[in-house]
Amino acid sequence: MARGGIARWVVPLVIGLIALLAWEATVRIREVPAYIIPAPSLIATTLVADWAILWPALLVTLKITLLALAISVVGGVGLAFLFTLSPLVELSLFPFAVILQVTPIIAIAPLILIYAPNTLTALLICAWIVAFFPILSNTVVGLRSADRNLQDLFTLYGASRWQRLRFLLAPSALPYFLAGLKIAGGLSLIGAVVAEFAAGTSGQESGLAYRILEASFRLNVARMFAALTLVSLTGILIFVAFNRLSVLLLGRWHESEIDEGR
Amino acid sequence: MPASTGSHATVAMMGAPLVAFRNVGKTFANGTVALDGLSLEIGEHDFVSFLGPSGCGKSTALRMIAGLDQPSVGGITTPLARAGGAGQEVGFVFQEPTLMPWARVADNVRLPLRLAGMADADAAHRVDEALEMVGLAQFRGAWPRELSGGMKMRVSIARALVTRPRLLLMDEPFAALDEMTRLRLNDDLLRLWAAHKWTVIFVTHSVYESVYLSSRIVVMAARPGRVVADIAVDAAYPRDEEFRLSPRYAEHCRAVSRALHGSGAAHA
Repeated sequence: MARGGIARWVVPLVIGLIALLAWEATVRIREVPAYIIPAPSLIATTLVADWAILWPALLVTLKITLLALAISVVGGVGLAFLFTLSPLVELSLFPFAVILQVTPIIAIAPLILIYAPNTLTALLICAWIVAFFPILSNTVVGLRSADRNLQDLFTLYGASRWQRLRFLLAPSALPYFLAGLKIAGGLSLIGAVVAEFAAGTSGQESGLAYRILEASFRLNVARMFAALTLVSLTGILIFVAFNRLSVLLLGRWHESEIDEGR
Repeated sequence: MPASTGSHATVAMMGAPLVAFRNVGKTFANGTVALDGLSLEIGEHDFVSFLGPSGCGKSTALRMIAGLDQPSVGGITTPLARAGGAGQEVGFVFQEPTLMPWARVADNVRLPLRLAGMADADAAHRVDEALEMVGLAQFRGAWPRELSGGMKMRVSIARALVTRPRLLLMDEPFAALDEMTRLRLNDDLLRLWAAHKWTVIFVTHSVYESVYLSSRIVVMAARPGRVVADIAVDAAYPRDEEFRLSPRYAEHCRAVSRALHGSGAAHA
């Protein structure tokens, strides 16, 4: 069956609905108190009732996530180009990129919070550290994977460095970059949420993670679930958006996105 | 050593050679001697084949002509603009079609012109002309993955011809194709060469292909890569199926084959 079949949407939807119904039924029949497990219907009503609190929080989290992702794309791709142009730069910087990547963000976040000029900057730095590495490493591999014979052809026709980058290296790296972007999209959300937990900001600039923390202190489990739902939806939205982008850019020529059923 | 460096082939040549190897040697970084003492002159409008087993340095010699590899010793002289400069006089066809999968057929063919900074309007005309030559005019908007192996190779040839080169270098271009496609492309290549008379240097490991196509065959041996025979194929063009079935074709094939295997025996 082609990827676009209705079953692809309907089957998971039905499964999810059944699970929700079972959850609702269990909570009602066994009379589980809402501060232990709230029923889905209660979570839904909380989502609506607390919208005035949750919506601004969602915007804050979304802002940090997307900003961090944008900086990751610019930084990751820029650094990858630099690495490709100069092996010396790669030799001197790549180990530090790896160190940054392998150190758990939750361990560095408190330090960053001390040194960053304000909380927003700190959150951005945290999310960026988590998100930029897959973009960097994927783009570097992509830039190196250009066909050897095509490289020779560009040499034969006296291509300039810029022409080689523009017409050969960049298109060769595109599928790798997009794969990195899909990973980085999810990671930047995780980075934003984790950093917020560490920061524990309140007031105007508090995101969904802070609302979850706050609700847990007050044993408002229904609001915790409501905020969690929004975090999940954001992640799903980012994933779907980048999937669409990938199909749009690669669908005509790259094996990974060619839909034979079309 | 049979039929030492060909006298008749050289006689047929007029004026200064288009490509001249002067005692060229190539040793790779790992110590392999790819070529040893290669001296060879190739005249304009010739169809020359480099024939030999793998490892005889025939592809290396071809890459050196294009300027993609440099000799370790000796030198190559040619009046042509080559790699590094604005190389528009030399076309190169690889064993693989080597197309850019992200570009349509016409954009693939246009690549050399684009790299040379030619205006789009002029380039479009040249691209149409080149696609016309290889019989793919109606496929200009197709994606490479939609084409068969033979058609991809035709696009690759069109790309090499789009600059109207004086020298066409072909590195086992039809080796990966099936027999039928290969024969058809051989005929098409000969037809184009007869019409345009660029010089062709064609690397192959097939005796039959080299005899059918070439006016001159340089037979090479491996370890170290060297020339063991230089044979003129004096059958007239145009050549067709008739020629392939003629006793003269068989005779030439036998002579070339003897030169090729004689060298192998001497080596063993």
